[in-house]
Amino acid sequence: MILSVRDLKVSFRTNDGLVRAIDGVSFDLEESEILGVVGESGSGKTVSLLAVMGLITDPNASIEGSIRYKGRELVGLPARELRRLRGNEIAMIFQDPMTALTPVYTIGWQIAEQIRAHQNISKAKAMVRVEELLAEVNFPNPHEAMSRYPHQLSGGMRQRAVIAMALSCNPALLVADEPTTALDVTVQAGILDLVRKLRATHKSAVVFITHDMGVVSELADRVMVMYAGRVVERGSRMELFSDPRHPYTRALLGSIPPLTGEKPRRLPAIPGSPPSLLRLPQGCAFGPRCPVHYEPCVTDRPELGIGTHAAACFRVAQA
Amino acid sequence: MSGPMTDSPILETRSLGKRFSIGTRFSAEGKRTVHAVDNVSLTVRRGETVGLVGESGCGKSTLARCLVRLYDISDGELLFEGEDITSKSLSELRPLRRRLQMVFQDPSASLNPRRRVGDLVAEPLRIHGKLSSREITARVAELFELVGLLPDHVMRYPHEFSGGQRQRVGIARAIALNPDLVVLDEPVSALDVSVQAQIVNLLADLQEKLNLTYIFIAHDLSVVRQVSTRIAVMYLGSIVEEGPAEEVFATSAHPYSQALISAVPVVETTPSGTRKRIILTGDVPSPLKPPSGCRFHPRCPIAVDRCRTERPELREYRPGRKVACHFPTV
Repeated sequence: MILSVRDLKVSFRTNDGLVRAIDGVSFDLEESEILGVVGESGSGKTVSLLAVMGLITDPNASIEGSIRYKGRELVGLPARELRRLRGNEIAMIFQDPMTALTPVYTIGWQIAEQIRAHQNISKAKAMVRVEELLAEVNFPNPHEAMSRYPHQLSGGMRQRAVIAMALSCNPALLVADEPTTALDVTVQAGILDLVRKLRATHKSAVVFITHDMGVVSELADRVMVMYAGRVVERGSRMELFSDPRHPYTRALLGSIPPLTGEKPRRLPAIPGSPPSLLRLPQGCAFGPRCPVHYEPCVTDRPELGIGTHAAACFRVAQA
Repeated sequence: MSGPMTDSPILETRSLGKRFSIGTRFSAEGKRTVHAVDNVSLTVRRGETVGLVGESGCGKSTLARCLVRLYDISDGELLFEGEDITSKSLSELRPLRRRLQMVFQDPSASLNPRRRVGDLVAEPLRIHGKLSSREITARVAELFELVGLLPDHVMRYPHEFSGGQRQRVGIARAIALNPDLVVLDEPVSALDVSVQAQIVNLLADLQEKLNLTYIFIAHDLSVVRQVSTRIAVMYLGSIVEEGPAEEVFATSAHPYSQALISAVPVVETTPSGTRKRIILTGDVPSPLKPPSGCRFHPRCPIAVDRCRTERPELREYRPGRKVACHFPTV
């Protein structure tokens, strides 16, 4: 087991009240497994992974629950210890590669710096490793690319450079937060291929956050659907896509226009918009938008329950 | 206006081009010219939706802005209802602006945060119309209902709305003056998946009710297919393929369209690997230094010598289907 998260809760104190960004999230991740986390903006998918990385430093944030990485508790671990893990054993890729790159140094310098921060090797050796890494992420001319500045690269190339940086220390866990959202589909296809290849060669476990159901269905082994800070459904890729149970998952899948076949005259849309995390409904957070909600949904909150394929819904529990 | 005229073009471009000059004579490479849009001939018929697709930087947004004359046109001609509006002055364009409207990607960037949304929607009515203030209030209420906003929303500020609602405000502004043609530049890209479908449906309803013609730009190909009657695929400033939406998706003729469509991730319930995917190598070349011959040849899986020297013209190979390729899949 690489990662084991239990009942994770993250909340932020704000002027308007307590924002419950994450409210009881649990999941496990095995070696070389790809976990897809899907949800809309504000569903808590990014915050839960920032918590895993120990990147929530806001003094108004409170983090409860347990995050175990290879059996070691990360919640409450001193910053020094965390820094040793981050970038080394646990790496992260963000949506916008420019946030992870500094514009004033070359790509080669930046990746080498990352390697030397965690490994005791000479600059020359680090540079050799950088060239290997850039070749691995399919830079057509890795040696030349090392001397390039971020602004001289295209969006797809920058994201590859960031991936090379993330892989520089052979991470056991790679967290990717919407890494392809800003990219064109043609470039995205290449990056997804790369992630698959890396899982095979580096045996890294990957948490892949996205809002795109298509991406998840092509990449993930297991999927977790989040809504308003909670996991509403989880299951293997096959389970979730061939037998979606939670009304939210079903509605989300239904609202994607088809790429082949007959065009529906109207798309089955989900009415309303996601709730504010400041004023969550007392019962099921999806209740007000749910086509099949009934009395218990208003007062009680459905639990996810156990089992590989589970949905937090009274209707599902009833069936 | 509609009915018997449904097949008459509302908007037409003839070899339209847009050049930007960048740099100065003091910059390292000197003064240079980018052909952002190059030789585009496109006909938009009344009541249809033309979808423009392509990777970022292919010139689809530039083309859209040329079509409503937000940019001046460098080459070719632009015709609105048969009338040449390529080089009309701003004052001559004014009466036309009412009939050509645009909806932008980011509604929070295109709405003034300091003004109430009712006021924002009333603005075009005040500028163009000869309505009394009472008539304006009534029209705003009508527009709010049309786009699915509540009457008491008029007093709110843009920040009090969700992204989807803000886009509804943007749409209300665009349709306020009963336009004939609306250019929608990535209108749903900034929205959550669950809200996207609502806006797509709203646009379809409005088109039917108000007899609108749309030019729809989006990078999400499944959304474009859903919305469009016809599709034009752009690559490096030019149209490489054009045809009815479903046909282009089902049987694309240009190798670029094939690669683009195959790259879209779709939800599959069968074990992966069933769909054939064409992965393009390399990036879109810089429009500053477009490749010789066919501009797609450096990334094309079927390119031969001829493609490196001779640029294929966009030609109609079957009624309604056009392709710019020496070796199209037909």
